[in-house]
Amino acid sequence: MASNALAKRRADETEARIAGLTLPEGAAWATEARQAALTRVTAMGLPQKRDEYWRYTDPTSLTADAAPTVPVMPRDEAPVFGEVERLRIVFVDGVFDAGLSDPLKLAGLEIETLAEATAKDIHWAKDLLGVLEANGQSPVPRPLAALNTAFASDGVAIRVVGKPVKPVAFVYLQQAEQSDVTVHHVIRVEPGAEMTLLESGPAAARLSKVLEVDVADGATFHHVRAQGRAHERRAVTHTFARLGAESTFKSFTLTANGRMTRNDCVIELTGDDAVAHVAGACVGDGADFHHDDTVFITHDAERCESRQVFKKVLRNGATGVFQGKILVKQGAQKTDGYQISQALLLDEDSQFLAKPELEIYADDVACSHGSTSGAIDETALFYLRSRGVPHIEATDLLTLAFLAEALDEIEDSRLADDLRDRLEAWLVRRR
Amino acid sequence: MLEIKGLKVKLEEEDKQILKGVDLHVGPGEVHAIMGPNGSGKSTLSYVLSGRGGYEVTGGTATLSGVDLLDLEPEERAAEGLFLAFQYPVEIPGVGNMTFLRTAVNAQRKARGEEEMSAAEFLKHVRAKAKELKIDADMLKRPVNVGFSGGEKKRNEILQMAMLEPKMCILDETDSGLDVDAMKLVSEGVNALRSPDRGFLVITHYQRLLDHIKPDVVHIMSDGRIVKSGGPELALEVENNGYADILAETA
Repeated sequence: MASNALAKRRADETEARIAGLTLPEGAAWATEARQAALTRVTAMGLPQKRDEYWRYTDPTSLTADAAPTVPVMPRDEAPVFGEVERLRIVFVDGVFDAGLSDPLKLAGLEIETLAEATAKDIHWAKDLLGVLEANGQSPVPRPLAALNTAFASDGVAIRVVGKPVKPVAFVYLQQAEQSDVTVHHVIRVEPGAEMTLLESGPAAARLSKVLEVDVADGATFHHVRAQGRAHERRAVTHTFARLGAESTFKSFTLTANGRMTRNDCVIELTGDDAVAHVAGACVGDGADFHHDDTVFITHDAERCESRQVFKKVLRNGATGVFQGKILVKQGAQKTDGYQISQALLLDEDSQFLAKPELEIYADDVACSHGSTSGAIDETALFYLRSRGVPHIEATDLLTLAFLAEALDEIEDSRLADDLRDRLEAWLVRRR
Repeated sequence: MLEIKGLKVKLEEEDKQILKGVDLHVGPGEVHAIMGPNGSGKSTLSYVLSGRGGYEVTGGTATLSGVDLLDLEPEERAAEGLFLAFQYPVEIPGVGNMTFLRTAVNAQRKARGEEEMSAAEFLKHVRAKAKELKIDADMLKRPVNVGFSGGEKKRNEILQMAMLEPKMCILDETDSGLDVDAMKLVSEGVNALRSPDRGFLVITHYQRLLDHIKPDVVHIMSDGRIVKSGGPELALEVENNGYADILAETA
């Protein structure tokens, strides 16, 4: 396709997508932020298959005018993280549901809905809403995130001022078969404060979610999410995090099912001695399963540590994508960057596409990356079977063992055990 | 118990005959040893009996208590009571030793239509057996064989054997990589399992293991056949004179 034809197609698609949407109402600063985001997405245009970071993942279903029809899953499974004491914030088809949620009150936290926060003339979220997203547009454009910032009317704004006794859990529920959800959360963790965020979903026919997190000096942010469960769903999520000095950011994602999941994680280490860990485990079954982890970590301070650990189990023609980059800016000396992405391919039809990237402009750094894909270890399989473990159980045991290294990245063992049990159940259901 | 008749085996991938007609009978309560030079087919025999891929049986039969082994999957052979102690036990990162043992024990019980062992019962059982083999709690918690020394790996094999209580145990060069103390410990573990209704087939290069695990019958294997069988004195003869004399005599 000639480049002007591509540009025209991009502009037409963008126009068509935006045509039916209206910017949410809000205070002047919020409207300004949303209009700026709209300007960004119009300028960038929606992603096309030919774009550098969309080569392995077809954006069509994410940019289409309407969401697909996705049957609503019965709520017959115990809720994820159900055993953990937590403050639940529930969204039904992307709309905050006060009735299903716990009261938005917890010592150490100030929680408001995005609608409440953006209605106020003066609000701390002004420094965050669309700000980290806009920062994260360079050097790689992320138009779907800007689209989200412009049009998201729901979400929450959380300011963390202490150390709350329990995690906050965002729970996404689906009610309509064509629910097309856009949610946007902003979180500011004040200096020395700590919080854990849990997420379970995306229960929606199509979900676009942006999370902007500002982790101030000495603060800690933990994030564990489970992405299930409907086979037909599509989801694109963006996490933008900015880390101050001596701060910690740790995010883990478990993904099972869904035809399309694209998780972008953009992290900027701006203060010395900060730590960022991003990890994911994914299990995909079937030729229509497509999962994409795209990570971009920028080291812009000294002695920071970043770590990416991604494991995918793919079978029956499933596709997994990993695009992970570590950018070490000039002056970011003593950077410790690590990245590993691995796929276990359970048959010859499944595929793993990996693009690990390092770009380093400082001269005193330690960065390493690795990427592997392979089949199940036949020797280990025979060893297990020779002890009486049936073929399928032995395969599952080795599959879980493969994913364990990613699950080990979760600090809270209750959360890790919950997800491990779910993975096991997922495997058992497919025996 | 274990009845092997005219067993002929070749490599699946290439036209290479490894076993050229093996006949062997191990009765209940008996301990048989197989000795032989490198490449004689000893390990192949153990792999073929336990069902490892990569081999093709071109003739003969192998049955355990009348059940045709060669027709079964490896896990079915195990459930029938066959156990192979590996020459090189496999490391399995990410699978806890305890999880592995419990999964194996219960899978076999299930296959035999028996009730699964409760977690408490299993724990009690495994701790007692582990103690006898000087396997500490840490080794039980660690991933299967990962970071284990040679001796620890072999003790772990014997622990599995003790937990699974097979009818027929094949020990493939269990003495390789063991120092004298470890060999003693492993042998004691094996001897503790000797019983009137359990058979053993001990594959080894050296006579010294047989000082600890006393065989009833010793076989010499060469070029894919058992060329000579006799009492324990045959192992001593090998130790003193090497294989050359015996092989020359049977050629």
